[in-house]
Amino acid sequence: MYVAVKGGEAAITNAHRLLADRRRGDRTLPSITIEQVAEQLGLAVDRVMAEASLHDRSLAALAVRQSRGDLIEAIFLLRAYRTTLPRFGSSVPLDTATMQVERRVSATYKDLPGGQLLGPTFDYTHRLLDPSLLADEAVDEPASREAGGEEVMRVSDILAHEGLIEPDGDLPQDHEAGDLTREPMEFPMGRDLRLQALARGDEGFLLALGYSTQRGYGRNHPFVGEIRIGEVEVEMDIPELGFAVSLGRIRVTECQMVNQFKGSSKAPPQFTRGYGLVFGQSERKAMSMSLVDRALRAEELGEDITAPAQDEEFVISHSDNVQATGFVEHLKLPHYVDFQAELAMVRRMRADIEAARNGETEMKDAAE
Amino acid sequence: MDLAAHTVPDTETSGRRRCAGLLAGSTLIELHSAWDALTDKPETKPVRGPETGLVMVRGRIGGGGSPFNLGEATVTRATIALASGTIGHAQALGTDKKKVRLAAIFDALWQEETTRDAVERTLLSPVEMRIATQDKARAEETAATRVDFFTMVRGDD
Repeated sequence: MYVAVKGGEAAITNAHRLLADRRRGDRTLPSITIEQVAEQLGLAVDRVMAEASLHDRSLAALAVRQSRGDLIEAIFLLRAYRTTLPRFGSSVPLDTATMQVERRVSATYKDLPGGQLLGPTFDYTHRLLDPSLLADEAVDEPASREAGGEEVMRVSDILAHEGLIEPDGDLPQDHEAGDLTREPMEFPMGRDLRLQALARGDEGFLLALGYSTQRGYGRNHPFVGEIRIGEVEVEMDIPELGFAVSLGRIRVTECQMVNQFKGSSKAPPQFTRGYGLVFGQSERKAMSMSLVDRALRAEELGEDITAPAQDEEFVISHSDNVQATGFVEHLKLPHYVDFQAELAMVRRMRADIEAARNGETEMKDAAE
Repeated sequence: MDLAAHTVPDTETSGRRRCAGLLAGSTLIELHSAWDALTDKPETKPVRGPETGLVMVRGRIGGGGSPFNLGEATVTRATIALASGTIGHAQALGTDKKKVRLAAIFDALWQEETTRDAVERTLLSPVEMRIATQDKARAEETAATRVDFFTMVRGDD
């Protein structure tokens, strides 16, 4: 017999108070500021913005601090905040060709207009812990060199001249970009909706799926045509003015994955493409996104769907870490009634089996 | 700033676009110091906001294809009216209401013949210069990380 109860109010209050204490940590150390988080843990802040699908560095830094560095918790906080704000409109699509480039590398062309610009990368570091960061040693100013002013040309445009690569993805003229924050998801979905889902998808999940395609589960022969990181202008049409104006700039990471394609009944042999675009500086995510975007185009390109990364419903339904954490973590909440019911059922089943077994033994005894 | 904002303000539209872009790119400190430099502080009436909301940022498939929704960004906007009836609008990424309210006032002052020069001199030009300097410094820092390939001399035996 189960009786409804309530309780735990004092326990919850004190648990939250304890959380605040542990979040603050040792009081003899200075408290970390939002500006410090935004400046010195900038890539954590970028990840929170990307997966929360809300670009705001200060609020993302606040979320990181509030969540004690638990990034999925921080993403959840920022997502929740997002729902409290009205939407003023949509931006003019970003023009990544006019990006103020801070990093740009291509694995397909050595000498390309604009050059290989390494920017602030972890690549080529030795991945040895740096004891100088244990102390607060002064850091050198960056080196600088006169910029050529050469246009940093898109790699896809270079290949397009030869006609050996498919063009940028064009949906029908009258297609209005879908928005999964406004309409319930339906499968199969357009590439626009998939990219929206992938852009907010969990980095770890997309990384694993991208990796799986490299290991042979839906292999698609990728090359990094180009990765570029930098600031782009966000413009919005202002009805009162009758034209679009700049709202400021945001940093994004773009990856153009170029994939070998031997052709199918639907398309000639050519290079196909996967696309990744992510808020902030996050090339692991942008690369993973472009691998998965390409894998999910299997049906469009007439390829056999044999691997998890090619299964749209599987990938898109499980890519959102706020949804995933909600469902996984709800298991720790009280399930007393469910469990009582299951317990009673298992006991009954046991009793039935035992009764049946005893019955059999008695029958056997009687027969003997 | 984007290309359109860089062009000579030969029409009212491109001038206004440039002004709005620079106001969005200005900092609260820059706006405050321009406000302090005003000899005649205008009387203003709030018309709308300042209010914070969202803009859905769009990208293009493959970089240049059809639009898709990338994710949202916070944006704050304000509309004010001067005593003369001139309406000023401002909008900028982020949640800084003080900044955007001041920007809307300067947008209105920029539209008035008598104050346009002052706005240009105390605010827009310095902001434009600061942004250009920062962009140049960034571009040069990036240029220093450009790879210069050179061919190794190959031994013949």
